[in-house]
Amino acid sequence: MASDLDLSFTLVALAPFIAALMAPYIFRFLKEYSSWALAIIPAAIFIFLLSFLPEIAEHKTVSAGFAWITALGVDLNFYLDGLSLTFGLLISGIGTFIVLYSGAYLKGHAHQGRFFAFILMFMGSMLGLVMADNLIALFTFWELTSITSFLLIGFDHSREASRRAAIQALVVTGGGGLSLLAGFALLNLITQHWNMTDMFAFAPALKQSEFYLPVLLFVLGGAFAKSAQFPLHFWLPNAMEAPTPVSAYLHSATMVKAGVYLLARMAPILGGTELWSTILPIFGGITLLWGATFALKQTDLKQMLAQTTVASLGLMVMLIGIFNEAAIIGVVLYLLAHAFYKGAMFMIAGGVDHSAGTRDITMLGGLARKMPVTFIATILAAAGMAGFPLTVAFLAKEEIYGALVETDVLTLFSQPQNLIAALVILVGNALMMAVGLAVLIKVFLGRQKPTAEHAHENSFSFWVGPAVLGILAVLAGVMTAFMGHNFVAPVASHIINQEVEAHLHLGFDIVTKPAFVLSLLTWVLGTLVFLVIDRIRVDLASLVERANISFDKIFDWLMFGLVRLSDAITRFLHHGRLEIYLTLVFLMFAAVFFGPLFLMQVDWQPLQMPQLHFYEWSTIAIAVAGLAAVLAARTRLQAIVSLGIQGFSVAILFLLYGAPDLSFTQFMVETLSVVILALVMTRLHLDQADIRGVSDRMRDGSVAFISGLGVTALMLLVLQGNLDMRLTDLFAATSVALAHGHNIVNVILVDYRGLDTLGEISVVMTAGIAILALIRIRSGGRQTGIGALKPEPRKAPK
Amino acid sequence: MATTAHTIDPGDLPRAMLDIATSLNDWVIILPIVLCLMGGAFLLLVREWRGAQLGLTLVFLAAIAALEAQLFVRVLTDGPIAMTMGNWLPPFGITFAVDVLGAGFALAATIATIVVVISYSADTMQREVRYGFYSLIMLLLAGVTGAFLTGDLFNLYVWFEVMLIASFGLMIIGGRKIQLDGAVKYGFLNFLATTFFLIGLGYLYGLIGTLNMADIARVASQTNSPAMIAVAGLFLLAFGMKAAAFPLNAWLPASYHTPDAAISALFGGLLTKVGAYALLRTMVLMMPAAREVLDPVITTIAVATLLLGPMGAMAQTNLRRAVGFIVIGGIGSVMAGIAISGLFGVAGGGLYAIHSMLTMTALYLVAGMIEQVTGTDDIRRMGGIYRASSGLSILFLVLVFASAGLPPFLGFWPKLLLLQGALLDNDGLLVAAILINSLFTSIAGARIWAHVFWRNGREGEAPNAINPDLKPVAAAVKRPTIFASAVLVALILFLGLRPNILLESAQIAAVGLVHPDRYTAAVNLEVPDK
Repeated sequence: MASDLDLSFTLVALAPFIAALMAPYIFRFLKEYSSWALAIIPAAIFIFLLSFLPEIAEHKTVSAGFAWITALGVDLNFYLDGLSLTFGLLISGIGTFIVLYSGAYLKGHAHQGRFFAFILMFMGSMLGLVMADNLIALFTFWELTSITSFLLIGFDHSREASRRAAIQALVVTGGGGLSLLAGFALLNLITQHWNMTDMFAFAPALKQSEFYLPVLLFVLGGAFAKSAQFPLHFWLPNAMEAPTPVSAYLHSATMVKAGVYLLARMAPILGGTELWSTILPIFGGITLLWGATFALKQTDLKQMLAQTTVASLGLMVMLIGIFNEAAIIGVVLYLLAHAFYKGAMFMIAGGVDHSAGTRDITMLGGLARKMPVTFIATILAAAGMAGFPLTVAFLAKEEIYGALVETDVLTLFSQPQNLIAALVILVGNALMMAVGLAVLIKVFLGRQKPTAEHAHENSFSFWVGPAVLGILAVLAGVMTAFMGHNFVAPVASHIINQEVEAHLHLGFDIVTKPAFVLSLLTWVLGTLVFLVIDRIRVDLASLVERANISFDKIFDWLMFGLVRLSDAITRFLHHGRLEIYLTLVFLMFAAVFFGPLFLMQVDWQPLQMPQLHFYEWSTIAIAVAGLAAVLAARTRLQAIVSLGIQGFSVAILFLLYGAPDLSFTQFMVETLSVVILALVMTRLHLDQADIRGVSDRMRDGSVAFISGLGVTALMLLVLQGNLDMRLTDLFAATSVALAHGHNIVNVILVDYRGLDTLGEISVVMTAGIAILALIRIRSGGRQTGIGALKPEPRKAPK
Repeated sequence: MATTAHTIDPGDLPRAMLDIATSLNDWVIILPIVLCLMGGAFLLLVREWRGAQLGLTLVFLAAIAALEAQLFVRVLTDGPIAMTMGNWLPPFGITFAVDVLGAGFALAATIATIVVVISYSADTMQREVRYGFYSLIMLLLAGVTGAFLTGDLFNLYVWFEVMLIASFGLMIIGGRKIQLDGAVKYGFLNFLATTFFLIGLGYLYGLIGTLNMADIARVASQTNSPAMIAVAGLFLLAFGMKAAAFPLNAWLPASYHTPDAAISALFGGLLTKVGAYALLRTMVLMMPAAREVLDPVITTIAVATLLLGPMGAMAQTNLRRAVGFIVIGGIGSVMAGIAISGLFGVAGGGLYAIHSMLTMTALYLVAGMIEQVTGTDDIRRMGGIYRASSGLSILFLVLVFASAGLPPFLGFWPKLLLLQGALLDNDGLLVAAILINSLFTSIAGARIWAHVFWRNGREGEAPNAINPDLKPVAAAVKRPTIFASAVLVALILFLGLRPNILLESAQIAAVGLVHPDRYTAAVNLEVPDK
């Protein structure tokens, strides 16, 4: 193995985590310059990854890493192909700008160091996620992105809404992650491999097997939750509670695309089946329309953008589902386009918020003159969002429509599936375009609103990210050959597992293509929607208000229901009443006997009347009488003494059956028990008599009866067999000869099983210590701390 | 031991004793127990010398840990070893038989104890020390270690008793009213469990006439007669109660939060795991055929415990009570391992128990420190320590995700093994329960974390209201606990990132339990001629 490569990859993978650990200290020393220092890490990673571009463009792959867990055959290896390189570049490249942006955005915030730590940790996890070949490593990074996302959404922790959104995101994406784990574990059991590259060979067999369906569903569960597919989409708009850099980075450009990445990554293993091409377009299509529609309803810039992110994710899932060459080329282009323009848009929204003091689109207007650079960046981003010619989104859209239209738009009408898909995409794109135009025109052009008065252009760190991303959104659309060779072809080739020629080019002949009609229609519809966007917003808002239901609310009900249910169950099972716990314990005890003895075939031998002497019978009679006396006893003291009668009778029986030592012990124990119990009774302030009512007595009596019955039944069954006398015989044979003791019981206690006796002596010693501690310390009691004898004076709640 | 009487012709006697004394090397099997008991007694003798108690305890514990580490490495490389007390041949004397499972559990338990003792050194209210606090700790460890190392079922019962009475003593030490209330529930129910164990033991002896574990495995492993199943059921009941499995676990949340946090931590880490260990030993090693019949019962218990544990945690307002429910959820994972049995199940269940020892100990310690800092045990009245104590917040969050079994922490690996085992068994219900347990534990933990750390003030107060109850806790008091739990968290993370040695050990332990040939061979049974 090329050890230099392994080492450098490992270093690159570790670098963000190390930087994260150091971030709070760096912030302490460098203050507002820390973002510049920390941005070096993603920038360096970007350059490192970029150096592999020529190799990857030749459809080669790079792998590096080392054996991790040999016991399970898990390696920590990184795998670089077109797909992971593209994602890696996006993550590190946009990450660089995000770190810079955060420095400006959170200027003066006390916990900025903590913020940098979280965001760098996220970056490391995300890079690991896209570069891991091993499913275990991938899952580890997957969950780490969920955890860091949780921490970042709740960054503004004093607000209830942030905390709620953070937990919601954790529940949805974390829960999805667990579904993913089940899918991965199943894949491993089928293929005996953890590396995806080793699994490709199993793909045809897997798709035929009965396990395909569960694997697919588990994996989709994880991917859909992470990539906010309907009906698990609701967490993403709520995640906008996070500071804007987080929204731009995690919740639009990178993390939410992890699901799309996973689908693309696993497409060669799971993709292309009828099931795949049915489920993905349906869910993706619904998500697209849902997000695009709800984007129109919003007034908050970030919410508008978040909803269009949901829509875009839906579009990408849909395209991966369609799974033909043009659709896949389309999704690669769209992925890039979206990362550029949406990342830019979010950073712009944050900049506007910072400058004008609001993100409400109805309160904004005429900012163009105040914020010229931001305005230009917005033009580029909005053009990208609308998919105008010269942008990379335009190329994407052409490919997407081209995927559905073969020769002529009219052929669509003979293919209902494609027609529906085309309509969904057309409407979705048009609505997103309207939103993009709204951000550009309503915020920057038109009459200046009062909020614009104090607005000003932000510092360099604020606009450099959007500007560069905006330029890229256009540049990438123009440099078709470069993009096609370096990104589109390698990525698409992986996804559909065959060589793909990226035939991208930009020329006037594009208008002659049949798909161009659909692009034209999109623009027309988008412009129309934009013109009436205010009315649509009001109508939609009132419609949603009247419906009075949302997935968000359903989630709340579910969570609330879960907590209520937990509370009810826990109260039911943990009621704190010892006598009921004990009843349950004895019921279980009885069940242990009756279960096997009655459910299974038992060959009972007929009971024989034992041949006993008169005095043996009378001893038994005395024991029974003692028990009857316990039941009939008026006072507790009587009951205790009566119980002693039964104990003494048993001791006599031992004596009669040739165990004098045992018998004496029993006499001692019984005597002491009666004396001690009687003494204790006088000290405890209990009622003289048993105060239980009839029903309680019936309950306790029947539980005692069936328990006793069970014990007896099993005893009879055990006695049917022959007792293995191996130990007894040996003890009898060797007691005198080897152990030098005539009393076998004593020899057992001190020699054969001397260690048991030592243990029991320790029990006595321990009990002594415990009692001493109880008596001594209790008399004083503990004066402070939780649950002290005397409660501390508490401040009265205000 | 050439005490064989020369007055008797040896030819008349059955073979009863070893001809040669146990080699000194093998004494390492019993030495941990000897040190625990001697330590307990010695610390009691010098109880008035309070300043030295902590140091002496740590010396004893370190020696025990070192011996157990050596023992662990030895059984890992050379296979199980055994030693029979008094030089009697097994099954006539009491055998101590150590395999990877037992040695691993013992070592983890000692490590957890050391951490707890270090953390307790901070407690300023050390009146307890005079009344044998450290002795009780040593005796508790004696019971726990004895249970892990013994190869004799009746002897196991004795160690259960030692453990029960020592834990009872630790639970009431301090003498607060709430402690007594908890101790009554704890005492009654655990005493019953131990008694059920004894009853089952009596029946078992009646059925097969031996108490040696290897001998039982030899005689009874293929038996599934109704009587044997009833005995297995009794063990399941007794050890299930001890392990705090559904439905007989009410004693745990009722009692574990009542003593000092350090003692909670010790209990949460150690005690339930002894029940889990005894279940693995009895169900998998000794009576696999009977376990097979009880499988639906065990699966039901596992599923219910997996789900109801974290659900209980969600419903709690008392922090350490909530942690108690998380401990129960973890026991569900071990029960799942016993339900799955097989190599995946045993390796997963056993490793999960080790993970749980370390994680739950740390979680209780951190929870106790949170209670000290906030001056309350009510989650609703906590809040506002995020800004004050970032160390505490990191530790707690990491432990939440660690106990949920998320990577890269140790708990993930056993969960993965269990998941694969359940998938192999085609047991969809168990698969779902294992996954949902992780989800619910994350939810419960994240909610608590958000309430305690993220929220600035108490529940229902203005977002920026500062919690007036926050107490400045002196660094000297905080430091030992933070240090001790940080050591555990680092260990959990390290073992999560480098789990190879533990996974290999778990696999070896699982093979040793499922195919106990090496274990029985090591015990060197005197088998009667047929």
